[in-house]
Amino acid sequence: MNVIEKIQQEQIRTDLVPFKVGDAVKVHSRIKEGDRERIQVFSGLVINKQGRGIRETFTVRRISYGEGVERIFPTNSPFIQKVEVERTGKVHRAKLYYLRGRIGKTATKVQEA
Amino acid sequence: MELLGKKIGMTQVFDAKGNFIGVTVIEVGPCTVLQKKDAKSDGYNAVQLGFGTKKERTATKPMLGHCKKANAAPAAHIREYRTPEPVAFNVGDKITVKEFQPGQFVDVIGTSKGKGFQGVVRRHKFAGGDMTHGAKGWHRRSGAIGQRLFPGRVFKNMRMPGHMGHTKITTQNLKVVQVREADNVLLIQGAVPGHTGALVVVRHAIKKTKAA
Repeated sequence: MNVIEKIQQEQIRTDLVPFKVGDAVKVHSRIKEGDRERIQVFSGLVINKQGRGIRETFTVRRISYGEGVERIFPTNSPFIQKVEVERTGKVHRAKLYYLRGRIGKTATKVQEA
Repeated sequence: MELLGKKIGMTQVFDAKGNFIGVTVIEVGPCTVLQKKDAKSDGYNAVQLGFGTKKERTATKPMLGHCKKANAAPAAHIREYRTPEPVAFNVGDKITVKEFQPGQFVDVIGTSKGKGFQGVVRRHKFAGGDMTHGAKGWHRRSGAIGQRLFPGRVFKNMRMPGHMGHTKITTQNLKVVQVREADNVLLIQGAVPGHTGALVVVRHAIKKTKAA
C-alpha cells in the first residue's frame, strides 16, 4: 500500500453505524467554543451521500421553524461523535432533492423500509 | 537545515480543529552527509547531502569513491547547502525527517511543471483582446512592444511568448501538518512546485521561524 492510501485509510472511520439516503438520523457533532467542548445534535433526513473514501460527505435536511435547513457533514470527520439512525427509509433515488420543493408534512416524509 | 525529498502527491487530512485541509505528501530523507566543507579548506561552510540510491554500475567511479567515504551507497541526488557556521554533523550521518516538527513552517524548493511554449495570455496574464464586438484575429495578442523612432528598439525584459514552467520555484512558509517517521514522510499544508515524483528540497522556513 502506498503512503497516500495509508494516510487516507488511517482516517476513515469504521466506528459509525452505517446509514443510507432516506434514513432519519441524529448527528452528534462535537463543537469547540473556546476551550469548552459540547455536543450538538442535528436531526433530519439524509438526502445525499457523495464522495468516496476519506472525502465522503452526507447532507442532512430538516425543517426548522418552518424553514428548510441543510447541513453537510464530512463522514470521516473526527468531530462527529456518533450518528443515530432513528428510521430507515425506502427511497428510489440517490439524492432526495425533490424534498426541497415540498411544503408541510410531505417535506420530511419518506416511505419506511 | 535542508533536506532532500521526493514529492509523492497530494491528499487531504483532518486537522485538530476538524478542518479538512489539502496537504502535499513528501518523502523526505533519510539523507546521508557525504561531505562537509569548511571555510579553511573550501572557502565556505557547507554540508553535502545525498538522497536516494542508484545502481552501482550506473554510478561513475569517482562518485562511488566519494559516497564510499561516507559509507553510503551511490546517491541518486546530491545537493549541498551553505551554513554560516560549521555544522555539527559528521560525514556518514543520516539526517531524517525527525528534523521537522508538526506546526513549524518550511520552504519547499522544486522545479515547476513545464508548460511548453506559451503565449502572453497564459504566460504573463495579459488580457488579450475582445472575443466579440467586431474583433477578428486579435484575441490573444500582446499589443505593442515598443515606442517610435526613439528609442527605436525593444526594451530588454519585455514580456513575450516563450517557454513557461520548468524553473526553480521556492514556496515559502508552508505549515508542517504531520511528521511520519515510520514512512519518512512529511505532510505539508498546501501545494509545492513540481510533478509527482519530482526532487524537492525542504528547509526550515527562513522568514517564518516561529511555529504556529
